[in-house]
Amino acid sequence: MDFGSINPLILLASLMVASTPILLAAIGELVVEKSGVLNLGVEGMMIVGAVTGFIAAVNLDSPTLGFVAAAFGGALLSLLFGFLTQVLLSNQVATGLALTLFGLGIAALMGQNYVGIRAPATLDVPLGPLADIPVLGPVLFQHDAMIYVSIGIVAAVWYVLTKTRAGLILRAVGESHDAAHALGYKVVRIRLMAIAFGGACAGLGGAYLSLVRVPQWTEGMTAGAGWIALAIVVFASWKPWRALLGAYLFGGITVLQLNLQAAGFKIPVEYLSMSPYLITILVLVIMSRDRSRAALNAPAALGKPFHASI
Amino acid sequence: MITLERRPEPSRMWQAMTPILAVVLTMIAGGLLFAVLGKDPFEAIRTIFWDPLFNPQFASYSRPQLLVKAAPLILIAIGLSLGFRAGIWNIGAEGQYIVGAICGAAVGLAFYPTEAIYIFPLMVLAGAIGGTLWAMIPAVLKIRFGTNEILVSLMLVYVAEQLLASMALGALRNPDGGGFPGSRNLQQYPSAANPELIAGTGAHWGVVAAFIAVIAAYVLLNKHLLGYQIKLTGQAPRAARFAGVRPNVLIALCLGISGGLAGLAGLFEVSGPAGQISIDFNSFYGFTAIIVAFLGRLHPIGILLAGLLMALTYIGGELAQFMLGIPSAAIQAFQGMLLFFLLGVDVLSNFRIRIKRKQVA
Amino acid sequence: MSVLLTVDGLSKAYPGVIANDDVSFLIERGEVHALLGENGAGKSTLVKMIYGLVRPDSGSMTLNGAPFSPAEPRVARASGVAMVFQHFSLFEALNVAENIALGMENPPAMRDLARKITDVSEAYGLPLDPARLVGHLSAGERQRVEIIRCLLQDPKLLIMDEPTSVLTPQEVDILFATLRKLKQEGTAILYISHKLEEIRALCDSATILRRGEVVATCDPREKSARELAEMMVGKVLQQTKARGADLGPVALDVRGLSLPPATQFGTPLRDVSFSVRKGEVLGIGGVAGNGQDELLAALSGERGTRDGVFVNGQPISKLGPTARRRIGILSGPEERLGHAAAPDMSLTENALLTGHVRENLARNGFLDWARTKAFAERVVKEFDVRTPGVQAAARSLSGGNLQKFVIGREVLQSPDVLIVNQPTWGVDAAAAAAIRQSLLDLAAQGSAVVVISQDLDELMEISDRFAALNGGHLSEAVPAAGLTLDQIGLMLGGAHDLEPA
Repeated sequence: MDFGSINPLILLASLMVASTPILLAAIGELVVEKSGVLNLGVEGMMIVGAVTGFIAAVNLDSPTLGFVAAAFGGALLSLLFGFLTQVLLSNQVATGLALTLFGLGIAALMGQNYVGIRAPATLDVPLGPLADIPVLGPVLFQHDAMIYVSIGIVAAVWYVLTKTRAGLILRAVGESHDAAHALGYKVVRIRLMAIAFGGACAGLGGAYLSLVRVPQWTEGMTAGAGWIALAIVVFASWKPWRALLGAYLFGGITVLQLNLQAAGFKIPVEYLSMSPYLITILVLVIMSRDRSRAALNAPAALGKPFHASI
Repeated sequence: MITLERRPEPSRMWQAMTPILAVVLTMIAGGLLFAVLGKDPFEAIRTIFWDPLFNPQFASYSRPQLLVKAAPLILIAIGLSLGFRAGIWNIGAEGQYIVGAICGAAVGLAFYPTEAIYIFPLMVLAGAIGGTLWAMIPAVLKIRFGTNEILVSLMLVYVAEQLLASMALGALRNPDGGGFPGSRNLQQYPSAANPELIAGTGAHWGVVAAFIAVIAAYVLLNKHLLGYQIKLTGQAPRAARFAGVRPNVLIALCLGISGGLAGLAGLFEVSGPAGQISIDFNSFYGFTAIIVAFLGRLHPIGILLAGLLMALTYIGGELAQFMLGIPSAAIQAFQGMLLFFLLGVDVLSNFRIRIKRKQVA
Repeated sequence: MSVLLTVDGLSKAYPGVIANDDVSFLIERGEVHALLGENGAGKSTLVKMIYGLVRPDSGSMTLNGAPFSPAEPRVARASGVAMVFQHFSLFEALNVAENIALGMENPPAMRDLARKITDVSEAYGLPLDPARLVGHLSAGERQRVEIIRCLLQDPKLLIMDEPTSVLTPQEVDILFATLRKLKQEGTAILYISHKLEEIRALCDSATILRRGEVVATCDPREKSARELAEMMVGKVLQQTKARGADLGPVALDVRGLSLPPATQFGTPLRDVSFSVRKGEVLGIGGVAGNGQDELLAALSGERGTRDGVFVNGQPISKLGPTARRRIGILSGPEERLGHAAAPDMSLTENALLTGHVRENLARNGFLDWARTKAFAERVVKEFDVRTPGVQAAARSLSGGNLQKFVIGREVLQSPDVLIVNQPTWGVDAAAAAAIRQSLLDLAAQGSAVVVISQDLDELMEISDRFAALNGGHLSEAVPAAGLTLDQIGLMLGGAHDLEPA
């Protein structure tokens, strides 16, 4: 067992890479849940994003276009969920599950001919002088563009939700869709937009896996990342910056256990692989214990179907 | 302008019709999917739904497989349906299935090579208890801390998969297996085996259990106070509290029963058709059972029929893969589509579609 | 022209009911115009059409002489029509300023808005702190948020839908002072209510609706309350039969009952004590949100308490609803659909909901559907519940009929103690009278009855003694006969730091 082979700086850098897919999916789902909708189909949207992004990147020889395609793919799939739950008023839990199952299937189908191919490389974008800071420079400021984009999205979501009228309206819809409707706000339209945003983000997260993190396409490659993103939204108490914290913590655990495996740590590989999931459960339990605080931040109308009855 | 108008009461006719309508719509959409893949849609649909049952070339192999594939689906779905009706979402049946199989197999292998009549019943018990205990984790966490059971039961699926791998490579590995992963084959150990009871039908003890479960669930839901309370909790939680239903008891019961049934399904599978604990033992029955539960409208008889239908898509899918080169992922997409369509057309049982002309002030 | 709004031949029909039938009236500038009618007469639908929430099937309106047909509330607001709803459109987890911003078209920046809110609310005698979370406000304070939200948009017509149902008598006086000030400034007010004394005190003219039609237009100050009531209801009102005064021993005894709030924005119960004797009716008054739901939940067994509740001398605090039913204490919650009854279940299944204990509808857990059906049919018959049959879903019944079923279900089980919360809320007059009579009959048979209600008229009519629930505190119970409105108002807690405008 050789702890010395674990370089903490590399650990930190790979932590950011490992966390980004989950961060993207989580921030998207946070917006969706803030509007009052529970979309359990994050896993399905992520993997569809992963395969769509991969196919586009390979065929168009451009990772950027791959990401764009992934966002579209995720958004499109999420609108299917949106149509069923907001217009046809289907049960949100069941429909989210259906989205996941369907997404996994359709992604496997689409990606059949793309197994084993390498994607065009996504280059690192060193942030100029910042990257030259000793020690921290290469760790924090020499990543691919998507990492910076993901943090930018978190900042943008925080700003919009807390400082703008659009964000206020979204929060209001999530608190009481009946009151929002009575005031004349188009609840269904707002929720569909939120759902599409969530789908696009999840798609980006999935594409990050297939284009940067791995970077290949394999069936089922998300391996539960979508579910973890859902847990992170709870951990974050629906606050954007806490979602960042949660995603990075989780990414840290994942990377740590992989490194421990590689270092020959004396716990069987399978138990180390279990650890991220067990820790997620622990986090969920801790969050749900503090009921009063969680209740204050959970959108009051989360998961309830909205039917405009005049 | 098309609007939805709430019906004064749920339409019984549509409640019965929606699964059929959903199946028809899925066949159409599925046909389109196959056409996009470059296959003849009619031939594909026929291969999946008709051939396995009635084509003399395949039926003798395929028909028994129907019960083999349907039994675990039905068994698990019955358990899930009770929880779903009460608004208790056990999404981790796959994990409970795996843990039940591991526990049951472990008990059986512990007795090897003794032959005795009590071994199999003990394995059955172990399987049920294993699944129940695995399901009680989310149950206890929900009761004690209010933790969301969807995410906890799901996380435990991934944990169970790792446990399975660990067992297959370690604790339960066949000592006479030449170093290959996987446990001893239970089918070849008569006291622990779950054999075909009636030749040519594929019926093993799991099939028997599934039928018993269907009947028991029917009686519970329609003739027993507990079944009424389950339905009430799902439909009107505040009214259920008012009626004196204790939510914690219901949570424990629903998760416990569905865990136990899933564990049983796992046990019957590992000692029967699968034969051994191996890394790829899990066959996603736990997730497909969710579709079966909804397709059967959470009704025991409906689940029986839906389970048979879903098993048919599995077998037909294998056949289509073999004969027409349709990839297995297409079948998974097909099954997901089925659930989508069902959820979508379900709106008709509670709402009427009204086409209104633009209003004049 | 001093006419502000004309309504001409407005009609609206929904499946199974004609909400408004050829309604016409007009409102002048600076006029306080009452819209009078009992529950179900069509008042809400009419104002929703004026506010743009609902499109009329036929008819027309004009505002300031120009055609007026708002397609949505935003248009109505832009034209100068503002509305304060009976059920507030407020977001509990957001603060006052955010709530008001959401109700405005182009709200100013938060800081400016906060200042405006403070200024306007003080000017009209309804002070508000912009930073407070709405969830922490009382019902009267929440109404202030709704009113200020309207006033900040300089309305020419202010519509108020049953505004005083959530106010104490003192708060009503302050509201009226605010409305009179607005009237002086030229704002017209359309005031919907079924409270005749208030209308006679405040309004210049009244349009009376019955079953969707205008049956009269008059000056309410020139009519007596009785005349107005008869125009509203259309027939001579029945007096409820007086009940005897034979009271038995104490059946329900509550001592020092305290309970933390159920939800973050709920009300705690603080040291509540009262007792009810057999054959007695205790009326508990109070505006919504002062602990009524919590009190009912504590007595029905839905929420456990440490101790302090005794039935026939037996402590029941630790018992759940089923055990309490066995002992003989039954209850009727406020919310018909979703709490007292499951909306999608049939009447038979709903009869099982509370009846299985006392009516022996289950043996070893196995249900006797035939017996349950018979019980449901008995309730339907004896309480005149209009329904195609006991297999009909609860949500298919009208409010009045469902309420008759839900109360009847409990009454027929011969409870020793019955507690009901808002038993005639949203129920038409005939059904309400029948329900009140059945409660009195139950008391006459020797049961102890507790009626929790916002309707002070109703409580004065049927109670032997009266107590007031305010902020989770229960006042001393006093004999109901001879209580004046002022005394009741004080018991209800006076005004919550309001000053007259």
